[in-house]
Amino acid sequence: MGTPTPPPASTSAELDGETALGLLRTMWRIRCFEERVAQLKRTLQVHGLIHLSIGGEGVAAAICGQLRDDDTVYSGHRAHGHAIAKGAPLDRVMAELMGRSDGLCRGLGGSMHLVDRAHGLLGATGVVAGNIPLAVGNALAARLRGSDQVTVVFFGDGAVQTGYFSESVNLAALWELPLILVCENNGFAEFTPRSAHTTVERVCDAVAPYRFPCQSVDGTDVGALFAVFAADLDLARRGRGPLLLECMTHRRRGHYEGDQEAYRDALADAEWQRRDPLARLQADAIAQRWLDEAGAGALEQGARAEVEQAVSFARASPFPALELAGELVYASER
Amino acid sequence: MAREIPYIAAINEAIHQEMARDESVLYFGQNLATTENDEFLKAFGSDRVRVTPISETAEIGMAVGAAIAGMRPVVELYMAEFMLVAMDQVVNEAPRFRYMSGGRVKVPLVLKAGYGFTAGWAGQHTGSIYGMFMGIPGLKVALPATAADAKGLMATAIRDENPVCYFHHYLLTLEPGEVPEGEYLVPFGQASVRRSGGDVTIVATGWMVGKALAAAESLAAEGIEAEVIDPRTLVPLDIDTILSSVEKTGHVVLVDQATRHASASALIAAEIADHGFSALKAPIKQVTALDASVPYSEPMEAYVLPDEAKILCAVHQVLGTAPVAA
Amino acid sequence: MAEVQTTFVKAINAALARAMRADERVIVLGEDVAEGGPYTTTAGLAEEFGIERVINTPISEAAVCGAAIGAAQAGLRPVVEIMFIDFLTLALDQLVNQAAKAHFMSGGQLTVPLVVRTQGGAGSRSGAQHSQSLEAWLTHVPGLKVVMPSCAADAAGLLASAIADPNPVVFVENKSLYFRRELAPEDPAPVPLGRARTLRPGRDLTIVALSRLVGEALSAAEQLASDGIEAEVIDPRTLTPLDLDTIAESVRRTGRAVVAHEAVYTGGFGAEIAAQLQAAAFDFLKAPIQRVGAPFTPVPVSPPLEDAYRPGAAEIHRAARIAAHWDEPFAASPEPGAVTAP
Repeated sequence: MGTPTPPPASTSAELDGETALGLLRTMWRIRCFEERVAQLKRTLQVHGLIHLSIGGEGVAAAICGQLRDDDTVYSGHRAHGHAIAKGAPLDRVMAELMGRSDGLCRGLGGSMHLVDRAHGLLGATGVVAGNIPLAVGNALAARLRGSDQVTVVFFGDGAVQTGYFSESVNLAALWELPLILVCENNGFAEFTPRSAHTTVERVCDAVAPYRFPCQSVDGTDVGALFAVFAADLDLARRGRGPLLLECMTHRRRGHYEGDQEAYRDALADAEWQRRDPLARLQADAIAQRWLDEAGAGALEQGARAEVEQAVSFARASPFPALELAGELVYASER
Repeated sequence: MAREIPYIAAINEAIHQEMARDESVLYFGQNLATTENDEFLKAFGSDRVRVTPISETAEIGMAVGAAIAGMRPVVELYMAEFMLVAMDQVVNEAPRFRYMSGGRVKVPLVLKAGYGFTAGWAGQHTGSIYGMFMGIPGLKVALPATAADAKGLMATAIRDENPVCYFHHYLLTLEPGEVPEGEYLVPFGQASVRRSGGDVTIVATGWMVGKALAAAESLAAEGIEAEVIDPRTLVPLDIDTILSSVEKTGHVVLVDQATRHASASALIAAEIADHGFSALKAPIKQVTALDASVPYSEPMEAYVLPDEAKILCAVHQVLGTAPVAA
Repeated sequence: MAEVQTTFVKAINAALARAMRADERVIVLGEDVAEGGPYTTTAGLAEEFGIERVINTPISEAAVCGAAIGAAQAGLRPVVEIMFIDFLTLALDQLVNQAAKAHFMSGGQLTVPLVVRTQGGAGSRSGAQHSQSLEAWLTHVPGLKVVMPSCAADAAGLLASAIADPNPVVFVENKSLYFRRELAPEDPAPVPLGRARTLRPGRDLTIVALSRLVGEALSAAEQLASDGIEAEVIDPRTLTPLDLDTIAESVRRTGRAVVAHEAVYTGGFGAEIAAQLQAAAFDFLKAPIQRVGAPFTPVPVSPPLEDAYRPGAAEIHRAARIAAHWDEPFAASPEPGAVTAP
């Protein structure tokens, strides 16, 4: 697998204190949310196929945090972090994962199909790469309307081997759409390492002939990632596109909750500390004196408290009325 | 000698035995052989057991090409719904070449995919879409409901000279059953009468066979004897066994985990309504999933799927032994 | 209303232009659409509306269909042309797993006002990958609507309704209907989805026919009339939603039914109509519902084989006679098995 080389020094120089704290807050909310989801899954209070993004929170926070509500995000099966960073309320995401009527999708979608129209999350999908073409269409609509909206689609490195990816990249390049393709390259496509899937080491290499802006960055270095994406976003906002950003990350947990992970060795704790985007940014923030240890603890405690409130909210929410299943097959409003 | 093993072990045993028997049998798919301890990899090596990228179209297309070139590929596709990504290969390539070449080439190929899982896999991982593969001349469709059939149908599928869609039910994965050791083949197009009875014919597939048998036990306690038939393959479909039963009972309930509209059960209903016309004493009743996507929320998921209570209700409706409820 | 000479293709073309004039959210995408397409259904649209709204695409059915779904979710009303229904297979995952389910899985937040226009049918000596009738699968997918017009006037009216519909609609045309000269209203009114049309009244027998076989059914009905059998001919026009009421009402009156389509007999949509009818009209049926469809083979390319493969008026006539005489004590016993072309 492609192991990113961690940079020796902090890159949080790219950030100001307020931005760094905002990113940390988002990352803690995602981390605490997903750790709680893992527990709830073990006790079957959350059910279904659950894919956690622990280790990848920096990508969600640095990218979604810079988008407006009217910018669109599409995501794959590992979408909790993107939804939360894009603004989906924790309590309504949790209610969705518990299948309750106050869930984002009223209990009909679940973990793999989160949608929050109000915050521009137009959807996660369970078919690998299945909605990359939809993101192309979303960007096409923005272009035809003459708006400065930007579309971001998140996908894993496994998606790059699909026909959907190749066809979509070609269309987006051909039509010069304001689309930012964000690949979270964690080195694994489901249960198999990247080396068993392709001979192309970096996703950037796979799209090189199109000659659109394309960068491979360390997805655990949130400061650097934030700056790179800010520049990409600025270009897309001004109508340039498509662009591709390949974020090298580490998937801390298995492909799904319950995965025995026989196919790989667990990362040593010391190595995880070096690759944990949250620990890295927090250490930087403390070194920069934007935050002290107590402040960091407060961030984590605040996030945990909010997650507990979300769990209470979800538990108090009723299951949806059963008839809803028949009512929402077809849309009726014009 | 038969012994009890789980459904999944029976499938693997069939593939293993066929690979040992015939070295043209290949096994490949996503996430196969991800560790060195993989039993297939150890036994047959990485030439014949291959992991593939997430590229369903190329996986199936490659298998078609390999089959035309003389191999017998078994392609592991995990979720039946992901086959839709490669539907062109399944419809326009695999089942067409024999015909389009005037019979000069053949495409012995097994597309193995799971379906029907419940418990929150939601809208894109649980669909029971086998009915969509019925109207494709050249393609066969197997739907094993027991461990023994899982083995016997897989072995037959691998030896068949045509492309076969082999749909195994995820909820049956660990279900144990008596399975013969050694070579064991279940012929295609031969339904299995799981239970005999003279009052009503219940036709069920996959996971629904167990539900139908359970319903039949409840009915027996009420003095109603249900005959339960599992077609085992939808293409070819053993309509004769079903019609013989209908001749005897005159009453039919069809149980299908798929959504109702244009389903496999609709096809069976139309066949019975035509060829069993004189025997039928009441309209055929279909017990199926609600015509909706599979919802995530647990109670709602149960609501849309067929179950034993819905089967019982339908049987009473066709027999006129209970008030007709919606 | 004034009627004019037209063709199916011209009616589609005019309906697209009307929809694009009335609503600037309507866009057309597909291979060669800006050049009019191989059948000229989009001729002149690029000239009137520009290539921003009449968009040529690469040969990437999956991504193009997906892009149209994304554009629909973003508020546009795309009309995608998939040149042959055979190639819809390349985009089926997009239609089934994205378009059909988005409204449901999002708890109603997303809508996909999308029309996929495509055409099927045999008869052009194009072989097994350019001649199929694959609509039955689409009708098995909750969330999709499926339309199959049989004449120019309905094509225009149904297309207007399909474009206005907030759901994904697959609009299945038949290539052999494209260039027949027909009379149609100069300014056709929208035809609501889910409403069948009775083309010919009759008291003895009901023929339900789809697409190209509607005309064949009318021919068969003329022959039957000369045999003394008055057949009612119904065109459902949309398969999902299906207007069962109109069909069942007729069958309850006549007691006999023939369902006819060009798709394969086994696995064709006729089974769904028959399954619903046997439940809705059980006590009124005097004979088993007869189905007419193609044999269970790929479409052959050799002209005599293809002609024999395609069901038509003769097969409908034969099925109707079986149904009409089924319960007569001295009639020849009905032939068992499918009534398909020889």
